[in-house]
Amino acid sequence: MSFFTMAKTLIKSIFHGPYTVQYPLEKKGPFPASRGRIEIKIEDCIFCGLCARRCPTGAINVDKTESRWSINRLRCIQCSYCSEVCPKKCLKMDSTYTAPSFENVEDEYKNARVPDNKENNRNIAGAC
Amino acid sequence: MMGKKTVIPFGPQHPVLPEPIHLDLVLEDETVVEAIPSIGYIHRGLEKLVEKKDYQQYTYVAERICGICSFMHGMGYCMSIESIMGVQVPERAEFLRTIWAELSRIHSHMLWLGLLADALGFESLFMHSWRLREQILDIFEETTGGRVIFSVCDIGGVRKDIGSEMLKKIGSILDGFEKEYSEITKVFLNDSSVILRTQGLGVLSKQAAFELGAVGPMARASGIDIDMRKSGYAAYGKLKIDPILETAGDCYARTSVRIREVFQSIDLIRQCIALIPEGDIKVKVVGNPNGEYFTRLEQPRGEVLYYVKANGTKFLDRIRVRTPTFANIPALLETLKGCQLADVPVLILTIDPCISCTER
Repeated sequence: MSFFTMAKTLIKSIFHGPYTVQYPLEKKGPFPASRGRIEIKIEDCIFCGLCARRCPTGAINVDKTESRWSINRLRCIQCSYCSEVCPKKCLKMDSTYTAPSFENVEDEYKNARVPDNKENNRNIAGAC
Repeated sequence: MMGKKTVIPFGPQHPVLPEPIHLDLVLEDETVVEAIPSIGYIHRGLEKLVEKKDYQQYTYVAERICGICSFMHGMGYCMSIESIMGVQVPERAEFLRTIWAELSRIHSHMLWLGLLADALGFESLFMHSWRLREQILDIFEETTGGRVIFSVCDIGGVRKDIGSEMLKKIGSILDGFEKEYSEITKVFLNDSSVILRTQGLGVLSKQAAFELGAVGPMARASGIDIDMRKSGYAAYGKLKIDPILETAGDCYARTSVRIREVFQSIDLIRQCIALIPEGDIKVKVVGNPNGEYFTRLEQPRGEVLYYVKANGTKFLDRIRVRTPTFANIPALLETLKGCQLADVPVLILTIDPCISCTER
């Protein structure tokens, strides 16, 4: 049994300065491989619905007749299974996280190649 | 002289408990004579969910059984399905699984050491334990993309590879980690304030540990040589594992076992980095499983048992998980008998309780 065993670590810590990231001044970015949120390149999507069928939480909805692809961000568990099964590789896992949101809405994307939907080619739910 | 018996409810909400478990402590003066547990506060019905999710989607559910040993839950489930389907996992994938499993063990034990320090009221030691743990979490995020839930283990192998440069980086991070960690272990093993609170407390004899079915560090601290890693699953068959045993069976012995296991894990990861072969990381799995299988593997808290029964469709019939905390609760109740009320928090922590595992 001994005393002051912590002294060495404590003295080192005093001269080391903070071990934590000084958040507002210094930001720690995500690693390139971090799983943040699913992004879709809607122009390449063929609306096969494979991602929706494989999604473990049923967060993705695909409507082939209306060329619409939507995702419920709050249901998504960022497993990136959809991006693996996507035959056109239009789904990608982005390393930045989805910002907190107040509403449980679906992010909806429509394909611009379909003439009727040209005006709707935007993220209807807004940037959340 | 017999004192008057008092029942004190302990939990489900208590500063020392990260998760809810309730114990009715029957006290005579300040001494616990009996403890009656009740669990079921965070039952989520994950075993039932197997009827709704197909066997490939269930990998992600299995991972979410626990937030600390998430990788090993996914691995246990995948190993069961692979055994039923007769899938041979590539060797590189088995080594990668071993590396992540051992990193999980380090991170789990560091978390536990921090919680122990916190339960003892040793705040700065708690902070330093968790500071070191952060390095391991960063390795996870860099290699798998997630800090807690990795989603890398899949049926037939793993979904992400670790490049040779990253393996070297892991080695160098672990070198620095080991140096700082060995300084902290001196505090846990030698400091008077830790020793006075842990030595001779909650002694579990070898016989009692065996009869009550204790697993993991709890059993090893009582001198029972039980470690599922020696059965040689994943890449453990190709690595050299020395059993870590203590004989005292008290809280100090259990702390010591976990501290030495971190060094053992670092050694195992180094062996993996040296031995890892080149090659594929995944084989394609087609068809549906049909049959049943038991898998046993060693988690940070002890042995976990996976029972999977499949019926030839994409939905499984049954999955059953016997988690290490569940197996250790009878041993905990035994150690609580005769202890002082003030020692109860430390004794509960000493089994490294993971209630979300236990209740699934």
